[in-house]
Formats: sequence, C-alpha cells, structure tokens
Amino acid sequence: MTRVLLTGLTKTYPGAPAPALDNLTLDIASGELTALLGPSGCGKTTTMKMIAGLLQPTTGDITFDGRSILRLAPENRGVVMVFQNYLLFPYMSVADNVGFGLRMRKVPKARIADQVAQMLALVKLPDLGRRRPSELSGGQQQRVALARALIVKPKVLLLDEPLSNLDAHLRIEMRDLIRGIQKDLGITTIFVTHDQEEAVVLADRVALILNGRLRQYDAPDAFYRRPADAEVTGFFGGRNLLAGVSAGGMFDCALGRMTLPDGARTGAGLLTFRPETVRIGPAPVNALIGQVVDRHYLGTQTRLRLAVASQTIEAVLPPDLAHAIRPGDTITVNLPPDSLWVMEGTA
Amino acid sequence: MTRPSPLSRSLLVLSGVMLIVWLILPLVPLLIWSFARGWRFPDLLPQQWSWQAWEYALSARSGVVESLGVTVLIATLATALSILVGVPAGRALGLYRFRGKGLVELLILAPVIVPGIAVALGLHGVFIQLGLTNTLAGVVLVHLVPTLPYMTLVMAGIYANYDPAFEQQARSLGASPLQTFIHVTLPAIMPGIIVGGLFAFLVSWSQYVLTLLIGGGRVITLPLLLFNFASAGRNDITGAIGIIYILPGILILLFTARHLSGANGAVGGFGRT
Repeated sequence: MTRVLLTGLTKTYPGAPAPALDNLTLDIASGELTALLGPSGCGKTTTMKMIAGLLQPTTGDITFDGRSILRLAPENRGVVMVFQNYLLFPYMSVADNVGFGLRMRKVPKARIADQVAQMLALVKLPDLGRRRPSELSGGQQQRVALARALIVKPKVLLLDEPLSNLDAHLRIEMRDLIRGIQKDLGITTIFVTHDQEEAVVLADRVALILNGRLRQYDAPDAFYRRPADAEVTGFFGGRNLLAGVSAGGMFDCALGRMTLPDGARTGAGLLTFRPETVRIGPAPVNALIGQVVDRHYLGTQTRLRLAVASQTIEAVLPPDLAHAIRPGDTITVNLPPDSLWVMEGTA
Repeated sequence: MTRPSPLSRSLLVLSGVMLIVWLILPLVPLLIWSFARGWRFPDLLPQQWSWQAWEYALSARSGVVESLGVTVLIATLATALSILVGVPAGRALGLYRFRGKGLVELLILAPVIVPGIAVALGLHGVFIQLGLTNTLAGVVLVHLVPTLPYMTLVMAGIYANYDPAFEQQARSLGASPLQTFIHVTLPAIMPGIIVGGLFAFLVSWSQYVLTLLIGGGRVITLPLLLFNFASAGRNDITGAIGIIYILPGILILLFTARHLSGANGAVGGFGRT
C-alpha cells in the first residue's frame, strides 16, 4: 500500500517553448486506481515516465509514502510500467517474459516457475506459457504484459492506455480483469488515457490534464455533474453552455430565469447541464418551449437539438421517447434544477 | 510462392552454373598446383604429383603455421575492437538524431571510398611518432580503418529497426543497466554483431597494403607470406598457402548461409529470396 504524492512536478524538454507538464500537484491515495486523462501531447505520458524513473523532472518532487524517489534508479523504485504496445520480449517464451522480473532479482528457478503459473492463471491464460509472444492476440499479449508486471509485486503500477488497442468486447473484459486484480491486490495504480470513457469506467479518481496543466482532479461522475470550466465540459462532450448571472438561487440568461439547486455559485458565470438530464414535458420551474432543429439516432439514445429563444440546446433522450418527435416540431422540455451547474467563466 | 516458368528456371540454373564457374573454377588450378611437381605449358595436368608443397607449407621452416597464428590473432583482435567501437557508434547513428550526423556518416564511409594506401601513408607518420610501427598492436589498429565502417554501418541498420523502449521496459521490471544489456539489447542486436563481426574478420584477414606499411615486414600475415612465394615463382607452395588462406572465408560463407539466411534467417534481406 503506497500513497503517491506529486508536488509541483514540471518537465520542460530542451528547446521546447512551453513545459510539457506544468506544476502538477496530485495526491494519490494508497490502493486507488487513478486515471491521468488528456488529449495526446498533454504531458500525461511524460508524468508516467517520471514516476517510473525513465525521465527526470525539471523541477518538483515525487514521493511514495512521504519519501522522495527521484534519486532512485528505475529498477529500485518498486514501480512497473506497462507500455501501450506491451513490449513483450520477442526472444522469450510467454513464461520467460512473465518470469523476467524475478530472474533479474535472482529468485530460484523453481519458485519462479510456481509464480509464473500463478500469474498466468490470474490473468486467465494458464496454458500459454510455452508460446511465443508473436503467436498471441493483442488481448492475450496485454494480459501477459500485466502478469509480467504484477509478478514483481510493485508498490505502484503504471498502465499506458490499457484499453486503447482493444476492440469493444475485449475492453469490457479487460476493464473487469484490471479492476478485479487491482482491488484484490490493492496496488496503487495510475493509468493514462486520452479516452474519457476509458477513464471513467476504470478509475476511482480522474485527473484531467489539458495543455500540460491539471484542470480537475475528481471522482468520475463529477466531470459530468460539476465540471470545473467550459473546457472541461467540452472535453467530456458537454455542449450546453450559457453565460449569465447567478443571484438568489436564480440564473438569468438567454433562456430566461432558471431556478438553481441550493448552494450554487453566485455572480457572473456559465450555466451548464448534461444533454441526458433534459426531460420532456412541462414542469413548474425551468420549463422551455423550443423547436426541434434536428434529430440523430445513436442506437441506445437519440440526440436532439432544440432552438430555444436565440440559443440552441442539446438533449439526449431514450429512443422510444424521441421516436415521435420530428424536426420542426415545437415541444416543451424542462431542466430539473438539480441537473444545473454554474461554473466560473464567460461565454 | 508461384512455380517458376521453364524460361526463368533455365535462367536460374544458368546463373547458378556461372556463379560456380566464377567462384570455384579459379580455385581448381590452385588446388592442382599445390599437388604438382612441375606443370608446364601445353600439359593439361601435371606430369607428376607430390605432397612436397604441402609438407613444406606445414613445416616450421616455411613460417606458414606461425603466420596463420598471427593472422588469426590480428583478425580476432581487430574484430573485437570493431565490435567494441562499432556497436555504440551504430546505436548513435541508428537511434539518435544529432547535429552533424550526415558528416559523421560520411567520415565513417570515407575509409571505404579513399584508397587504403593513401590512408596508410598518412597514418604511417603518426604511428612512427607513437612507436606503433612494426608492432602487432599497430597492425591491429590500422586494420580498424577498413573494418570499422562495415561494423558501424551494419549496426546502424540493426538499430534503425530497434525499439529502445524494450530497455525501458526491462529497467522498469527491475533489471540493472548491465542485465538490460545482456538480456534485452544483446539478443536483439546479435544478428548484426555476427554479420558485422564476420565482415570485419574477413576484411582484416585480407589486408595486404596496410599490414605491409605499418607492420614494416616484421608482422607477417598470411597474405604477405603468400605474396612472397608468388613473386618468387613458387606456384606449388603458393597454391598450398592459397588454399589455407581461403579456408576461413569458405567456412564463414557456409556458416552465414546456414544460419543467417533462409526462412528462419536472423537477418532479413540477407541472402533471403
């Protein structure tokens, strides 16, 4: 069990105008599964490599349980990184790949064989030890890479885009496997991803990094319900943003006067709500009348765009509710006050 | 693979025959000479056969055995040094971008382009000052001039297709830098070391001018000895030494053909069809 603390972590590559990672401070609780989320080039892989000891930070510190690890060589940190392309050693069998870390620690052969068998069973590949990595599918290779990392009992496990190279049904299987093993073994785990869905389905907490800076560090659902600013909202696919002024539990904006939940921020700000919280039908408060601009069927849901006053708002409805609604129809919708969120910023 | 047409088949056979004619046929007179006792112009074969040339060549008097030892020693040392320098140099050229890389590549190729004698004459003065002329060490060093380019270029090619992230992965799994090199880097670059090393060995083995100039006639390798007998007109002894001289080349050729080509070849595109 290891608590990981990053303090003011900054990395500037020689010759680069801006730092790849700028003053990142992150407190990762012991045994937690944390996602570093951001578009490619935002500094998340740089962060991972600095924790693994494969890159030195320009400034800042990394501590495990309060002790700085910056001076330790990668092999002495107790951190194992699983790369996105798995990097199984092609000259070794699957079993030799999994046993690699123990061989490097000069563990007796018989014990290595035992533990390799256990690990392969843990990742549900019990009979593939004698194969070559090139004979395995992508999903199997990833599980071997995971077994190879777990066998050395790392204090901190780092995963680089763990689900990105897998197709849809394998992603769910792999997500369950990673979560299951991670909770059983209680290893503090950090993974990076550019995919917000991957982050929210896998992580206990998500750190969103945009342009080298931490923008929000929160539980997964907070990014939908309580985004920090317009950019975070946009990154998570939210498009309903309305500038206005919040006062006395009401928000004045182009849609009119909206009733806010208790404790909402006051003053000038941006109002946002998730498209899936929009309800069809009239209501005592926050009812809006709008005209349907267009309709997109997305399989499990249907996306509508509505012209309300001078604004366009987006709503996502179950297909059976949206079925009878046609572009051009005038409909009444309402926004439950609990679904509204006021954040800092102007349009 | 499709079945070749009759025409391309016969062309294939023809080119095979010509290859044998070119490579093997010149060796036949050499072999005959080494067993001949007098072989004059109009005769197709010698009048008399004898072991004389071989007896002499393998005796202590001729110096062949001693010089074989010297040649092996020099070629081995030159190969080892080439590997020692060529592997890191090839890594730098294959993996990293740096200023002046084009110039470095040109300079590494230069000894192959510039005639060896020009290089050797220039080096001679330097080697005299360093006291390296007429010494085995001096000859080994000057052999690096033609061997290093081959070693470095082969390794640069290997490293250009090599992913150094494997080394980071090994470190992350707990391997020390030395363990990482032995268990991860070395297996990946071994085909290059073998091919480059064999090249270096053969290039050193066949040096004449450089050995003569720097060795000053004190360090006598097989080609020097061979040339002595050839210019003295002893065709029988020249034949015997010649056969001994080409043996490593043939052995290495067989080894490379067996291990480095074919379906499981370690070096792609090397003798692979």
